[in-house]
Amino acid sequence: MNDAQARSLVLDVLSAIAPEADLAALNGAAELRDELDLDSMDFLNFVAALHKRTGQNIPEADYPRLATLDGAIAYLAR
Amino acid sequence: MSAPEGRAALADRYPRIIKPHDPSAVPANMPDYAAARRTFSWEGARGLLDGLPGGRGLNIAHEAVDRHVPGPRADRDAIRWLGRSGERRAFTYRDLKAATNRFANALSGLGVQAGDSVFVLSGRIPELIIALLGALKAKCVVSPLFSAFGPEPLATRLTIGEGRVLVTTASLYRRKIAPLRGSLPKLEHVIVVPEAGEAPAAGTLDWRRLVDGQSPDFTIPPTDPEDRALLHFTSGTTGRPKGAIHVHEAVVTHTVTGRCALDLHDADVFWCTADPGWVTGTSYGIIAPLTNGVTSVVAEAEFDAATWYGILQNERVSVWYTAPTAIRMMMKLGAEAVRGYDLSALRFMASVGEPLNPEAVVWGQQAFGRPFHDNWWQTETGGIMIANFASMDVKPGSMGKPLPGIEAAIVQRDPGGSFMIVDDPMVEGELALKAGWPSMMRGYLHEEERYRKCFAGPWYLTGDLAMRDSEGYYWFVGRADDVIKTSGHLIGPFEVESALLEHSAVAEAGVIGKPDPMAGEIVKAFVALKPGFAPSEALRRDLLGHARKRLGAVVAPKEIDFAATLPRTRSGKIMRRLLKARELGLPEGDLSTLESDLR
Repeated sequence: MNDAQARSLVLDVLSAIAPEADLAALNGAAELRDELDLDSMDFLNFVAALHKRTGQNIPEADYPRLATLDGAIAYLAR
Repeated sequence: MSAPEGRAALADRYPRIIKPHDPSAVPANMPDYAAARRTFSWEGARGLLDGLPGGRGLNIAHEAVDRHVPGPRADRDAIRWLGRSGERRAFTYRDLKAATNRFANALSGLGVQAGDSVFVLSGRIPELIIALLGALKAKCVVSPLFSAFGPEPLATRLTIGEGRVLVTTASLYRRKIAPLRGSLPKLEHVIVVPEAGEAPAAGTLDWRRLVDGQSPDFTIPPTDPEDRALLHFTSGTTGRPKGAIHVHEAVVTHTVTGRCALDLHDADVFWCTADPGWVTGTSYGIIAPLTNGVTSVVAEAEFDAATWYGILQNERVSVWYTAPTAIRMMMKLGAEAVRGYDLSALRFMASVGEPLNPEAVVWGQQAFGRPFHDNWWQTETGGIMIANFASMDVKPGSMGKPLPGIEAAIVQRDPGGSFMIVDDPMVEGELALKAGWPSMMRGYLHEEERYRKCFAGPWYLTGDLAMRDSEGYYWFVGRADDVIKTSGHLIGPFEVESALLEHSAVAEAGVIGKPDPMAGEIVKAFVALKPGFAPSEALRRDLLGHARKRLGAVVAPKEIDFAATLPRTRSGKIMRRLLKARELGLPEGDLSTLESDLR
């Protein structure tokens, strides 16, 4: 998966969890939890959806790497 | 009446965890539960506190801070704050006394009076603690708000509580309060903790300018133990959230439960992971550790297993009070992830918020070499009421036994209002507590009728269903009402339904708690649409976004299902019980009062 594909996937997943958010204006380096007002269940659902959509195994130890938009894109596009 | 077989077996499904006799271990503050029950008195517990000098009464902030300062604890860390990006700030008891005095002086300078409401809305930052304790010194009534609330729950609480002062951060002000400001005429002063990248907002006071130049000396005015101190909001099945009023005397319960239920010893480093927006984060995140004179760790970051294990190791945490959702997330990661951390300082682990499943208690043994000690209480009780105490064997899945000084019972009510105490073991009924402990709420603000309904004679009815086994351990069964417990937070279905009904497409809304392995329950909504609207994924997202904008992430539903109509009683009430039974594939029970039907 390249960066553009990863970005589009992450944004699509986020738009289902926080549909009210203006994702075009999202600061890629800021914590998603703050920017999008995600609680811990939202974050778990975010990770679960990424796993489901990519088939990629995401161990819990890697969750911190998914905390920002840029981090999540880099993680999926590796 | 005899116990159903499955229930009786529940108590024995997991082997009890026997506390080893270890002469080298720190002895428990309460070594013998039965003896403590015989000898305990609330008057005696009051002796753990000093009272204001000169017999001028009892004030929580004096007991938490000022009384330690002339003594050997003055230069001990009271608060060790760990910022999200690795920053550290420590406040000794002496520092905390000066800081809270400055805040009390700042309030006085603004003309804020004893009895005025001061609301706090922030994540876990030192200013929140300083504001809360400083406002208590000035005899204001402090009400913590949860920072994940959306504008609607915030506005409702600020309005009911008639907030005159709000302390918050620059980003929370911009995102959540500024748009509401016009609808809160009673809110005179907003004190904002500045943040990098946030410009000062019009109509707010900068914390540093307001507080830093104040005098570090302040004399707490005479405080009657029955003076109001804290206002904690909680949710009911119907109607607006309820503001439970607590008085300064509550500090007696905070202190004594810190000693016997959390086993706090003088040299402990204590970490309560709860958010200060809820009652645990106040009673045990702020008050109880300080009144017991220990060092309290305050970590700003949200849950992350590696970060948390690092905090336990690096801060040498000895007593840890956390919540089931976090424990279950750690379990998912596995006990191996704990290896490699030096947790040799850790002596006692406790959990609260929702019932801790027995697997998680046992997992504590595997991962940390000690069990989690579940305990039970609620906003209205102000402090821990039922607990697995350090000296007692743990029966995994049980909430433990009542605090010495607390009389608990299982009761059954019938619709006619009659009431009986159930003595047989493992028979389900409502958990009731004999009223009269110091941190019992003194009322729901402006809601005398709802307050009165909580009592039957001398008994306070908790709204929780439970059972007691033959040894006196209590077992949680569920809520007696439709209130939802998600990740330890109580959510009133009515508040969520009301927000959904504000959407132009929604004709009816019914909201339930759907069991969830991580959160205990999640908020699930069923909506019936108005004519002219058809179910679609786009509309579902629109409803979800609408609810999240109004309610915030924690209160908004995690799942929304469309239904043709919702089942109602003949009197028109949505039958949430039936929605839930269908969601779970359970028998639907008595449908004789049912009006319409989903199928």
